[in-house]
Amino acid sequence: MSDASRGSDSPASAGSKARSASPAPGATTTSVRARRSISALRSPWLVVAAFLIALPYAPGLDGNFGRSLLSQMGIAAVFALSYTLLLGQTGLLSFGHAVYFGLGAYASIHLMRAVNGGLPIPMPLVPLAGAAAGLFFGMLFGLLTTRRAGVVFALISLGIGELVFAAMRILQGFSGGEEGITANRGAGPHPFGLTLGPQIQVYYVIVFWAVVAAALMAAFLRTPVGRMCNAVRDNPERAAFVGYDPVRVRFIAFSVAAMFAGLAGGLHALNYEIVASEAVGTARSGTVLLMAYIGGVHHFFGAVLGAIALTWLQVSLSDYTTAWQLYLGLFFIAAVLFAPGGLSGLLLMHRPILKTRAFASVLKAYTIAALPTVIAAVGAIALLEINYRRATQPEVGTQMRLFGINLDTSTPWPWIGAIALLAIGAWLLRIAAARVRSAWQAASEEARSAPRPRTTPS
Amino acid sequence: MTTTGPPSCALELSDVHMRFGATPVIRGVSLEVHEGERHAIIGPNGAGKSTLFNLISGRFAPTSGSIRLAGAPIEGREPYEINRRGLARSFQVTNIFPRLSVYENIRCSVLWSLGLKYSFLHDVAKLPQVNARTDEVLEQIGMTERRDTRAGVLAYAEQRALEIGITIAGDARVILLDEPTAGMSRAEAARAVTLIRAISTGRTLVMVEHDMSVVFDLADRISVLVYGEIVATDVPVRIRENATVREAYLGRSA
Repeated sequence: MSDASRGSDSPASAGSKARSASPAPGATTTSVRARRSISALRSPWLVVAAFLIALPYAPGLDGNFGRSLLSQMGIAAVFALSYTLLLGQTGLLSFGHAVYFGLGAYASIHLMRAVNGGLPIPMPLVPLAGAAAGLFFGMLFGLLTTRRAGVVFALISLGIGELVFAAMRILQGFSGGEEGITANRGAGPHPFGLTLGPQIQVYYVIVFWAVVAAALMAAFLRTPVGRMCNAVRDNPERAAFVGYDPVRVRFIAFSVAAMFAGLAGGLHALNYEIVASEAVGTARSGTVLLMAYIGGVHHFFGAVLGAIALTWLQVSLSDYTTAWQLYLGLFFIAAVLFAPGGLSGLLLMHRPILKTRAFASVLKAYTIAALPTVIAAVGAIALLEINYRRATQPEVGTQMRLFGINLDTSTPWPWIGAIALLAIGAWLLRIAAARVRSAWQAASEEARSAPRPRTTPS
Repeated sequence: MTTTGPPSCALELSDVHMRFGATPVIRGVSLEVHEGERHAIIGPNGAGKSTLFNLISGRFAPTSGSIRLAGAPIEGREPYEINRRGLARSFQVTNIFPRLSVYENIRCSVLWSLGLKYSFLHDVAKLPQVNARTDEVLEQIGMTERRDTRAGVLAYAEQRALEIGITIAGDARVILLDEPTAGMSRAEAARAVTLIRAISTGRTLVMVEHDMSVVFDLADRISVLVYGEIVATDVPVRIRENATVREAYLGRSA
């Protein structure tokens, strides 16, 4: 590398390169490797498909609850991916993305009712009506909102979200208001014996559309306009000086994102057979933002991780504790503070050190750190739960059961125990964190020095 | 093409005025840049050089006057329209796509000129023309080795080279370079001059530059802008001898 560049008389040649600090040789090789692994990722669509087909037969997921959970994850994944097109890829922070989800859901539920009334359309195709509605309203509202990015866009999206939510509560005949309107996914033509009665059939329809949508969105990002979405996100002015109207690029990205949000809404209608005004609500817009952010906005498929994690938390945490929304909030704050790249960022962070010898010691340090983390978490959860119970349900008394232990919160012992666990856990965690840090340092130094041999300075 | 000036006129400004509020910044600039020439605009700080570039490239609309690109009026048009008509510019403050790779920075600038517009039916990786042109530009600016590096982490001189790469990648006939060597060391500036000479061959070049050795090295003709007015336009030798110019500008810096 250095030989080649030293020979050239280009302006950015050897001299400035050598001075440009260290990342030069290492960074290039790693990203070449990254590019190869990305192109290798395109073929395993089949592997993914096989995995998704087998998933509802995995132990724990093979019941109605598991399959319903998987269905919800699939819907959330499509919705969160569509949101990533906006936030991660085009740099548009929307507080009203549920508008397109909800209107897509309404379009689909009305089509389902028409099918129930005799319209000969197979139910699995109904979500396409959601996509069409999402696209239509995306183009309509996109004309208003995409003229500006940044704060102006965010505020207008919030305004439109409130507007549509209010409209859905007023237009009872169309929306059914808070109660919503219902349809029957089973009453219609049954192509290939698809009655959509058992949850597994619904799951497969959702997975089919989710995979199609993910593939199309990934393909969109590889097209000229998809690449320009990134360019407009980074520097709209410069995009204008290379021939592209940034407003037009944003409008296209916004419409496409709305179309896939509408498809997710259509899947929602098919899955629940009911759509209510909350489908277009601000809470849902907030949830999809959390999913995209927790999953990581810098990597396209991070949204899928975020959708899976958040759906799981929403569904299962609410089984264990009434304070589940508090945990969700804490989880989000922790993600923003400690993992700005989200879950996908945390995972991808390990890619450079994956092949180093020191990686084993990193894993070991993680394992050691796991125990104090659990201890501290148990202490913190106990404190939270005791306080939450006393604050919200004083009428049930001071007896409560936590982690299988019966406690009387009128005595000081549960408090002392919880605080002690938290303190001991935190103290041990500090020690373990130092070990993680030094293991990381060793691994990243090894990774940096590994590809060097080719560039020995003369 | 509706030609009013001589057909050899690549860029023509006549009586262009620009005011920011009540403050006149450009006060009646008329300028003819010939097809294929390298034209430098010099002048003291605050003379309006960058504003002039912003007017030509569409960042601002002039208060009055006309600007013609190859005979067709472009004043007050949007930057992307002017770019599509064959004019590209670089910026004094580096203006790249920081989170995209070097390769993608160049490729974004190639897409429109090869007619891809807002297409969502092509996979950019499978467009041989696009990738060949991108590789060619990378080679030209000497950044083939850095193609996968994030543009935001490049060294300053490399970002300047990339800035020029983005500017020329769309194969515009008229290129505006705004202080291409500002902030560079002497060695880096010398390399930049070699690059500018190479990329401007067969094109029309207008550049704003403070480094007089660069200007006299590169320019076929020089215009001197002082307080929003062009006080002289001539070949370098004559500009050096021009008494008004010496007084207004060169006397103090060269």
